[in-house]
Amino acid sequence: MTRKALRPFVLYLLMAVIGAWVLAPLVLITLATFTPQLELYRWPKAFLPSRFSGETLAFFLTTEGVLRATFMSLLVGILTIGLAMAIGAPAGYATARFSFRGKDAFRLAILLTRMFPVAILAIPLAVSFIKVGLYDTPLGVAIAHTALALPIVILITTSVFLGVPKDLEEAAITLGCTRLQAFLKIVLPLALPGLAAAAMFTFVLSWNEVFAATILTVRNRTLPALVVYLLGLSPLNFRFAGGFFMVVPALVVMFMIRRYLTHLWGITIR
Amino acid sequence: MAEIQLKNVRKTFGKVVAVHEITLTIRDGEFLVLLGPSGCGKTTTLRCIAGLEVVDRGRILIGGRDVTHLPPSRRGIAMVFQSYAVFPHMNVFENIAFGLRVRKFPPSEIRKRVQEAAELLQIGELLQRYPAQLSGGQRQRVAVARAIVMRPEVLLMDEPLSNLDALLRLHMRAELKRLHREIRSTTVYVTHDQVEALSLGDRVAVMREGRIVQCDTPEKVYTEPQDVFVGSFIGSPPMNFLQGTVVAADASLFVEAAGVRLPPPEMFEGVLRDRVGDPILLGIRPENIEVHKEPRSDALPGQVVVVEPIGFQKLLTVQVHGATLKVTAEADKAVSPGEQVWLRVDPRKIRVMDPQTGGALSPREKGL
Repeated sequence: MTRKALRPFVLYLLMAVIGAWVLAPLVLITLATFTPQLELYRWPKAFLPSRFSGETLAFFLTTEGVLRATFMSLLVGILTIGLAMAIGAPAGYATARFSFRGKDAFRLAILLTRMFPVAILAIPLAVSFIKVGLYDTPLGVAIAHTALALPIVILITTSVFLGVPKDLEEAAITLGCTRLQAFLKIVLPLALPGLAAAAMFTFVLSWNEVFAATILTVRNRTLPALVVYLLGLSPLNFRFAGGFFMVVPALVVMFMIRRYLTHLWGITIR
Repeated sequence: MAEIQLKNVRKTFGKVVAVHEITLTIRDGEFLVLLGPSGCGKTTTLRCIAGLEVVDRGRILIGGRDVTHLPPSRRGIAMVFQSYAVFPHMNVFENIAFGLRVRKFPPSEIRKRVQEAAELLQIGELLQRYPAQLSGGQRQRVAVARAIVMRPEVLLMDEPLSNLDALLRLHMRAELKRLHREIRSTTVYVTHDQVEALSLGDRVAVMREGRIVQCDTPEKVYTEPQDVFVGSFIGSPPMNFLQGTVVAADASLFVEAAGVRLPPPEMFEGVLRDRVGDPILLGIRPENIEVHKEPRSDALPGQVVVVEPIGFQKLLTVQVHGATLKVTAEADKAVSPGEQVWLRVDPRKIRVMDPQTGGALSPREKGL
């Protein structure tokens, strides 16, 4: 085989390896979740379970605190969406529509906020939250998650608003709209699917975030924080069920918004 | 209906001066075309009138009312965009009705007006369709209907035909002219297409580098260009420019060009008398040159380089003493490349330009 003919082969091999690296744990977790408990501990273990079993998942869901933590996670996720969209969408609109002094610096600064690991930020944040009474509250966790989500939200919403031609807005303005009316009647309806994608992305980020949630809560744990806490104390099947339960929403949402993620940088990656 | 006045309007973007002190009055009901190459400031001028750009200096009056600081919605204008800017999430009816709804017209009035506008643009059948289901030409009609349904005092159009294919453009051009005759809004139309400008405009304002070089009727802009730029921008092929020198001999005046003495147009004799011995530029339209195959004393000898049949005419490129002239000849004229020809220029149709400034000399009556 010549080198040239070899190239696509190598490329596909690499893609297969990367794909497997991501998919294999997901598949294994899913299989383990629906494997009857006894079979899970048998050796040698069959790849496919002999029968489909929901016992483990049911056990996980009825475990003390899991439902409450799920509710907390939902609450924190919704609060995070509210905050991140309220701050991020206008910022995205501004970067998409206006040229202002320091625009490039602003865009860089957005990304720079991701330079600091949460681990470094979480401790001082916890101290500050204790002072102002936000510690161990859903709002406190949501604020931390908003900070984490904002850069991506701004990037996504910028690309969303760039996708709505400026002409449409100006046409609305010449037809008698104020700037705000033009935004509400024209830009918003057209941007809505993209904004929804940004909101879902925010939710997934919040749903999966462990570190800040663990440090900033004691009793009002979110689901990941609870699972991390319980992990050391629990049997194998519980861990698998927890992992599965946590990963599913993320997968579903990612699948729904993938169109917007590939448009992130204003170019289409297919 | 309304007259538009621009008074010393200036607009800059950073260091770039897009519009340079433009002063212009557009008469009530007039169709004025802003014509110029890209980047000449014509669209910016239009957007200043619309209120989409805030002018740096100067004043804009519409119908005698100072609108310089008013938002677009309070200027009594409507605009057609180059991209049409038809709202993709509304059907044709809602698109056309949009402006009326914003201004809270009663529903019965809206229905009536939308119907009227749609009939006028021949899109009455398409009212329930969405823009994605329309062709480019149909979208364009929706955009125009959406503007005229407002019965604006001033209708602004930014290169509305440039995204259409050639045949459709020709058709829509005539449509727009008919439309203007019917609705009589004062219209400002931006284009870089000189044929469009000449065919549509009551007057054509030729712009260059943020300034209006000449604003006149299409006939005048074509036959009496104000300077070399206008002459070479308008007309296809553009005006020829021939270097010459003013000479006085035997009490008569000649322009010596390409080794031949041409009698200048009578009306320029007065001005040229002051310029004896000076170099001069002669602006000659390709259609004002006759092609002869026998030597003539009043004709420029030249050699045909290229012959291009363009249907009803032949376009010749002729080399004359180092200068290249474009000449149109009848389609049945038998000329071939390499052939020797004699070009006779109609002296009455020559424009005389100053080679230094590029500006046209204004003719003066003999003896004045």
